Amino acid sequence: MLTIKDLHANIEGKEILKGINLQVNAGEVHAIMGPNGSGKSTLASVLAGNPAFTVTGGSVVFNGKDLLAMSPEDRSHEGVFLSFQYPVEIPGVSMVNFMRAAVNEKRKYYGMEPLSASDFLKLMREKRAIVELDNKLTSRSVNEGFSGGEKKRNEIFQMAMLEPKLSILDETDSGLDIDALRTVAGGVNKLKTANNATIVITHYQRLLDYIKPDFVHVLYKGRIVKTGGPELALVLEEKGYDWIKQEFDNMRGE
Amino acid sequence: MSSIQQYIDLYESCSSAVDAGSTAVMNLPRRDALERLRGAKLPSRGDENYEISDLEDVFAPDYGLNINRISAANVDIDEPFRCDVPNMSTSLFYFFNDTYYDDNIVRPALSAGVIVKSLREAGETHREILEKYYAKIAPMDDAQVALNTLLAQDGLFVYVPAGVVVERPIQVVNLLRAESPLMVNRRMLIIIEAGAQARLLVCDHTQSPGVKFLNSQVLEVYVGENSVFDYYDLEESSIDTSRVSSMWLRQAAGSNVLVNGMTLTNGFTRNNYRIDINGEHAETRLLGMAIADGRQHVDNHTHISHNAGYCHSDELFKYVLEDEARGSFTGKILVAQGAQKTQAYQSNRNICAESARMHTKPQLEIYTDDVKCSHGATVGQLDPDALFYMQARGISCQEARTLLMQAFMSDIIDGIRLEALKDRLRHLVEKRFAGTLAQCRNCLGTSCHGKMKSIEKRKN
Repeated sequence: MLTIKDLHANIEGKEILKGINLQVNAGEVHAIMGPNGSGKSTLASVLAGNPAFTVTGGSVVFNGKDLLAMSPEDRSHEGVFLSFQYPVEIPGVSMVNFMRAAVNEKRKYYGMEPLSASDFLKLMREKRAIVELDNKLTSRSVNEGFSGGEKKRNEIFQMAMLEPKLSILDETDSGLDIDALRTVAGGVNKLKTANNATIVITHYQRLLDYIKPDFVHVLYKGRIVKTGGPELALVLEEKGYDWIKQEFDNMRGE
Repeated sequence: MSSIQQYIDLYESCSSAVDAGSTAVMNLPRRDALERLRGAKLPSRGDENYEISDLEDVFAPDYGLNINRISAANVDIDEPFRCDVPNMSTSLFYFFNDTYYDDNIVRPALSAGVIVKSLREAGETHREILEKYYAKIAPMDDAQVALNTLLAQDGLFVYVPAGVVVERPIQVVNLLRAESPLMVNRRMLIIIEAGAQARLLVCDHTQSPGVKFLNSQVLEVYVGENSVFDYYDLEESSIDTSRVSSMWLRQAAGSNVLVNGMTLTNGFTRNNYRIDINGEHAETRLLGMAIADGRQHVDNHTHISHNAGYCHSDELFKYVLEDEARGSFTGKILVAQGAQKTQAYQSNRNICAESARMHTKPQLEIYTDDVKCSHGATVGQLDPDALFYMQARGISCQEARTLLMQAFMSDIIDGIRLEALKDRLRHLVEKRFAGTLAQCRNCLGTSCHGKMKSIEKRKN
């Protein structure tokens, strides 16, 4: 589904990604872990097409297409979804109008008619239930005045609405209490099928108790320095990142 | 030589025709206006309060005037409403250029004692009211006011007697249509007596694209004790229309006034709003929006004077400027000595493309201790994070910009106290933004360009 080869990216001239290689297949869950500043969120942003980052080398092929040549909106239409670490508040734009625009532009992309008002509201109702998102929130402005937990739930609700092929969850667990974490993770699991894939970016192991990864990668200094099975997350939880840092730095003679 | 001279010459050569086409009360102050205009100048760019607008320039071209009041033939009054403000359930009145137009228009009767009619006609039927109020608060030492007083022959007269509540909004549609350059001089006299309530919506439309118009208007508004008055002013003219409008509003104790000036399409616009709060416990809300692109020019100059204590004023103006558009906002708030417990708030927020220019100038003059006043001004661009967030959800850059700009204007629209107009305006603003973007693919925002650049760079 997703093949990343030797991906390099920088922001304001500073190189953050220094050659990422990653293969994600349908039905898989990949966890990307790593210490602060290792480039985890940058990778997520670059895959979603954030214009703040400049790709300086490498390639990303998504279902046979050159992902990096696409606009952020087309990446979304093709099935890439980024759950933001910090969902953006948009005062004055209602959740309903926001979602209607998103859903209908995707339909347009595939040559389909816009959803009727009643079908759209039915869809909203159905998907809201997946993350137990309060009806009141969908009538408010996008993320405005939402609590941390509500924002993250709202991200997963949007994911449910758009039915992506590849979901990238960027620190979806940050700022969540245990109940909210369970709801959000439960939502992600409900949406999981054999045809879609998930990349979970997290600093801590606790989210992985709820969303079981098939692979765990450790990102450090802009490279994936270690890949393993779910057991790697447990080792990291116990031993921290220092041993990996040391191993990597020694290897490179730094 | 000042561009005023050509108007003095014109008046002197046909003063009897000017008088004949008007009414005695309007003719009376013309002498005084003429004397004041001799040797006077209109404000030029750089004069105090005219940082970007040059009225000498605006009044300089040779415009025709309809001094002989040749009546309008074949007026297609339905034309602007097909797309713009239909089914508002208002009492509709029309002006064709600066002439009141009343052919075969059927409308429901106004509430008892309420008068809405041609000012010229009112000069005959309600002369005593005009004598008391006409040309009394718009000061003749303002050259544009004097020029308007010299040349205006007709206009709108609104009179709401004490205690009468006018349920149905009054809508006045000003149509500009001509085959050659035309100057119109409009005058409005609005009297809302004590305890009365009325809502007035004035729409400016230009129906002759490519023809130059100069629309010079003066409004005098009296808002009595404990009365409520809403004034909505919507300009949808053309790039070749210049408008200079000044409103002089006086409000008495306990009154509640809302003024909302909206410029959706125009050429050159200078609006002056002068509000004097002369009695205690009055409330004033002054709102404005401007959406400008191409070479549109929108200059709003506001002056709220708190002359009595215990009053509340709240002012908010918002601009979205693209391309080479020019915007200006001046917000003067004066709190006179002794106007204790005044609360006056002002805010001017602007979204301005790099190629556009916005001038903003808050001015607070406070001569009393016990007041709460604040002002703020911001000039910026659309939030790039919000744009990316929307794009990441599949919303195109264009659509995302439209949604964000509409959202930016939402508090101006929400301030409207007329549900049908609120809905209508939301739609108009949406169309305006969507149309702008469709017309001009080159003026998409910087952040979308940024995106394109980063992709191109990678390909190289």
